Amino acid sequence: MTDAPAIELRGISKAFGPVQANKDIAMSVARGTIHGIVGENGAGKSTLMSILYGFYKADRGEIFINGKATAIPDSQAAIRAGIGMVHQHFKLVENFTVVENVILGAEDGAMLRPSIAKARRLLTELSEEYGLKVDPDAIIEDLSVGHQQRVEILKQLYRHADILILDEPTGVLTPSEADQLFLILERLRAEGKTIILITHKLREIMEITDTVSVMRRGEMTNTVKTADTSPAALAEMMVGRKVLLQVDKTQAQPGEVVLSVRDLRVTRGGVTRLKGVSFDIRRGEILGIAGVAGNGQTELLEVLGGMIAASGGSVSLFGQPLDITGTAANGQTRRARGIGHVPEDRQTEGLIMPFEAWENVAFGYHFDPKYNSGPLMDNAAIRADCADKMARYDVRPPNPRLPARNFSGGNQQKIVVAREMDRAPDLLLVGQPTRGVDIGAIEFIHKQIIALRDQGKAILLVSVELDEIMGLSDRIAVMFDGQIMGERLPQDTDQNALGLLMAGVTEGAA
Amino acid sequence: MDKMPKWADVVLIPLISVILALLVSGLVVAIIGESPWRAMQVMVKGAFGSAYGWGYTLYYATNFIFTGLAVAVAFHARLFNIGGEGQAALGGLGVAVILLAVDWPHWTLALAAAMGFSMLFAATWAAIPAYLQAKRGSHIVITTIMFNYIASALLVYLLVNVLRVEGSMAPESASFAAATHLPSAADFAGGLGFRGSTPLNISIFLALIACVLVWLLIWRTRLGYEIRAFGHSETAAVYAGINPTKIIMITMLISGALAGMMAINVVMGEAERLVLDFVEGAGFVGIAVALMGRSHPVGVVLAALLFGALYQGGAELQFEMPAISREMIVVIQALVILFTGALDNMVRMPVQKLFLALKRRRDDAARPNPTE
Repeated sequence: MTDAPAIELRGISKAFGPVQANKDIAMSVARGTIHGIVGENGAGKSTLMSILYGFYKADRGEIFINGKATAIPDSQAAIRAGIGMVHQHFKLVENFTVVENVILGAEDGAMLRPSIAKARRLLTELSEEYGLKVDPDAIIEDLSVGHQQRVEILKQLYRHADILILDEPTGVLTPSEADQLFLILERLRAEGKTIILITHKLREIMEITDTVSVMRRGEMTNTVKTADTSPAALAEMMVGRKVLLQVDKTQAQPGEVVLSVRDLRVTRGGVTRLKGVSFDIRRGEILGIAGVAGNGQTELLEVLGGMIAASGGSVSLFGQPLDITGTAANGQTRRARGIGHVPEDRQTEGLIMPFEAWENVAFGYHFDPKYNSGPLMDNAAIRADCADKMARYDVRPPNPRLPARNFSGGNQQKIVVAREMDRAPDLLLVGQPTRGVDIGAIEFIHKQIIALRDQGKAILLVSVELDEIMGLSDRIAVMFDGQIMGERLPQDTDQNALGLLMAGVTEGAA
Repeated sequence: MDKMPKWADVVLIPLISVILALLVSGLVVAIIGESPWRAMQVMVKGAFGSAYGWGYTLYYATNFIFTGLAVAVAFHARLFNIGGEGQAALGGLGVAVILLAVDWPHWTLALAAAMGFSMLFAATWAAIPAYLQAKRGSHIVITTIMFNYIASALLVYLLVNVLRVEGSMAPESASFAAATHLPSAADFAGGLGFRGSTPLNISIFLALIACVLVWLLIWRTRLGYEIRAFGHSETAAVYAGINPTKIIMITMLISGALAGMMAINVVMGEAERLVLDFVEGAGFVGIAVALMGRSHPVGVVLAALLFGALYQGGAELQFEMPAISREMIVVIQALVILFTGALDNMVRMPVQKLFLALKRRRDDAARPNPTE
């Protein structure tokens, strides 16, 4: 073994049209360490990793693997150089077995049988060596997300990867699954593998990495030893100014009940997604729904927002029943009743990406008389309203004529937030308010949500980010498998306790 | 801002595509031993060289504006209505039914009634595939194309067995009464040299009015806003409280009605009776027109004019140069469709890159050099 770093980048630059995504990046990662890369969206992390994995070709710069200058024109070359990548969205064939997925693209010959036999043997060895227990014959779609991720890692190890790149690996995991992943990563490190971890969760960086690099606007601004830094210092390096990581808020002053949900049930595509959910939300209160994605939170938001019909149960707003099955169960009637909805996915739900910002500001409220004159829409009025909202919600650039897709994630979200919150709805449904949003915008959006609560409005917050749930909620309900497993007060609980509930473990069993 | 200026998207790219199509067409003409240059001259002269040529070119263009708008409106809701052919045929039936059934005192009243019936019949024909799409998820491309065949068979049956004049061998209806005849270009623009034989009639003004109305509908009304939103993202539309069933139904009714209006030009304005296969492929040309016109009324008018000229110039071409058969004309039209529709990206990508490179050079020049 040499002492040369496992990866060394020198002067990597990459431009997309007028955008300089990576500017003269230098980075060196020692063998057998875990190196974190943090940065806001659009800081250039993904571009850099795509260059390292051969998806993009750098305009300038050199890559050294184990001290040797290496050209990586495509992902095949990256694999030959011993680099493996675990993507945020897994690249697995759902109806194949684990072993079939592992050998996919790395078969030995035209006949599968010998390859599979060999792979099964190797997989067993690898599983034992690194503590990655997975049944080689299980079908992918039957596995939990955490196990699917292990298959992705096994796939890379099977291809003899010595350097693993993990892109936001904990985004889809429960806290306990994330802990297990970290154990695996530590074991891999102990075996001499080099790991690059891309994440926006500063807690994870502090927990597991040896060194960390911060990227901002395409440049690598700092590289520090993790032991010598703190989350606040990292956040400041990422944004370029001091950031409040903790939300400032006063004690809630709950008033009358605004929303009352009783035994709500939803069946979709033959699968029961909500199995009798009941809760109340009062004025001036934020109810946070915690849970791993896919446990019914999406359906809860959609049925309350009028997007899908319920199969049973009842919902009332200020004591008046809300239609959840009939023809009045739609987004228009919900808005008319004073329900705002920041949907989970701004790109496919909350915004029409090719529409200009002003057209999106009217979206869902296009029947509002102030946006119309007679049979025609009053485009000038909508544009003026949009410019006004953009100024007050700090949307950048403040140009109503720019299509939604040309804004950054954070600014897209601010457009949605401005539209849904500016009318001060009695009830606000919020799904993943800060997913894919940079730290500066997170701070802003959180302040807006608290401000709306302080105006005496009721807020239902769904998020997979436990930090966000803990920081914003006045009460926390945990969902698992379409049911509410329990309610906690944020001051009386911690991430571990919530994590157990999120995994479906109740006190009795634990 | 975006990758390139709007004029490049709307004018430059279609223009390059058409020129490429004509170059390849010229090559084909040269291969069969004729002079491409002369063929080109004959076509241009045939389409635009005389009032007679203009009359036919604009007459065809009127058809294509209607069928092009029909496809364009549906496109905005991301519905691919390729049933314009059948819907127009049913529109013609509606025109014939009402003009034959009532003794009309004046053409204005007849026109109003004929418009109502052509749109009603055509929209009804479009409503069935629309319903199947909205409620049953049957793909509208499949159902509308099947409905073209059903419409065609239905018209054959009706023209042979019901509407045919007693004692006549031709599968056509009786001629409409003289009081229902629309003013032709010879009547309202005789000064421009149009003669009595020209097929061009006041329907062209209806087509232009339809363009304005479609523009207003799509870009100025709430319904148009909902149609466009639905077309871009059905999930987002549902989030905003837009009813997908309603949008699919209304859009297809409007689309069908526009296709049906084409019958006013042909059945009422020109033939003055219902004849078999009067649509003559205009429903399909409408697809190319909408594609080439980027589903915008102005683009549709320009594209319709181009295809009108290709139809008329092509007819002249086979008359003047017998070596170039009718099939050759179809080849030329097909090449234009191929280049403007299917091969759009082939032209678009290089043009986009060019504009991007120009922009970067401009930006670089504008930026002060830090070393100086």
